[in-house]
Amino acid sequence: MAFLEVKNLTKSFGDTRVLKGIDFDLNSGEVLSIIGSSGSGKTTLLRCLNFLETADGGSISVDGKAVFDAGDPLLSSHKAIRHNRINFGLVFQSFNLFPQYSVLRNLTLAAALKASEENPDYKKRKKEINAELDERALRLLDRIGLKEKKDSFPCELSGGQQQRVAIARALMLTPRILCFDEPTSALDPELTKEVLRVIKDLRTEGNTMIVVTHEMDFARDASDKVIFMANGIIEESGTPDKIFGSPESPLLTSFLNQ
Amino acid sequence: METFLSVSGKLAQGFGTTLSLFFLTLLFAIPLGLLFACISRVRLKALRFLMRAFIYIIRGTPLLLQLMIVVYLPGIVFNNPLTKWPVFKGNVPLSYFCGALFAFVINYACYFAEIFRGGIENIPKGQYEACEVLGMSHSQTFFRVILLQVIRNIVAPMSNEVVTLVKDTALARTVSVVEIYFAASEILRLQFIIWPLFYTGAFYLGFSALLTLLFGMIEKRLSRYWR
Repeated sequence: MAFLEVKNLTKSFGDTRVLKGIDFDLNSGEVLSIIGSSGSGKTTLLRCLNFLETADGGSISVDGKAVFDAGDPLLSSHKAIRHNRINFGLVFQSFNLFPQYSVLRNLTLAAALKASEENPDYKKRKKEINAELDERALRLLDRIGLKEKKDSFPCELSGGQQQRVAIARALMLTPRILCFDEPTSALDPELTKEVLRVIKDLRTEGNTMIVVTHEMDFARDASDKVIFMANGIIEESGTPDKIFGSPESPLLTSFLNQ
Repeated sequence: METFLSVSGKLAQGFGTTLSLFFLTLLFAIPLGLLFACISRVRLKALRFLMRAFIYIIRGTPLLLQLMIVVYLPGIVFNNPLTKWPVFKGNVPLSYFCGALFAFVINYACYFAEIFRGGIENIPKGQYEACEVLGMSHSQTFFRVILLQVIRNIVAPMSNEVVTLVKDTALARTVSVVEIYFAASEILRLQFIIWPLFYTGAFYLGFSALLTLLFGMIEKRLSRYWR
């Protein structure tokens, strides 16, 4: 059984059917790139995985455990969603860092709030726990090469730096699958490189990732699997070699020749 | 010199009333405005519509007119004039002051409501979504992430409204509230000296300067961080 299994996922907005039955699976440690033109449903798919949208039908399971099932009301309660969504992390196209907090606080805020809720002796060990979180955040910042920026505010960073901080922020909660929604679309080519390098590094460390991207070079070189979406369905999927080397679908061929 | 001191004393007394009206209006209008802002954002369409219509009416008519209505309507329509209402401070009837305060609170709550609504609606959706995917609860999202950004959004327009309120308090004289302008015009009427009227400007200016400084400090404090 695959690590992530998505079965027959459907989603409509009003009369528009955005996802018309999506099936795919992903093994632990693999990187999946989702490509396709605007409006093909790839961002909606990612948002369904992260519970920012609720799919109308289908199911999602991680490591053999159902995290979403349209037919199971138990899984769609607010509490269940809050519990299950931590399986996934999401990095946004527009970074969405918290402007009023330092880089370090951006990383630790959610983890600290989580500890205050879940750890029964948080009040007693507050200092200790926060020190641990700071330390972990600093290690992450070191890994993305931004340790010296820990006290800066987001507005003082370049777009590429902000996106790297956003990646570190998502990693703080140790998601089992990290998703990226067009992480470099708001960046110029130079900054795109530094962000993609971080994502590639994460791959060598064995992180399971799903990347919605317009960077074809990245999809070809840095993923284990590629899905091409068109009109709400998976038009074609396979290894990067197959998708880019010998595409079968005429839609994919014309998409790649653009 | 003697006249100056006695005039200053009388004006200062009037200014005390001005300040009470000012601070009490803020005290009640800010929470009420927050409530109005929330109501004008609820899902229930009818309620939202009623709230917005009310805000539109209040913002679309002069405060002067609203003062007249609040203070004189009970007497005219219900034969129950405000002066009969048992609100006293010592021997001084406060009913007109309370009536004026009521009109000011409603009027300013409506303006504040629109500022708050704008401040809340201007927060990018991405901020809420970032909180959501990081597993924060609704209250954590609001108090830890959104609130400060809302405050930052509203400081400038609030400072505008608050400085306007200082000067709007002069309208209360039309319903017999002896604030500083009324006090000065009484001096003109009884002692035939006109300069106290101009002298009131110094009080208004001094107080506005204080408020401007205060808001400037808040704004500077908040903008240290972003944008």
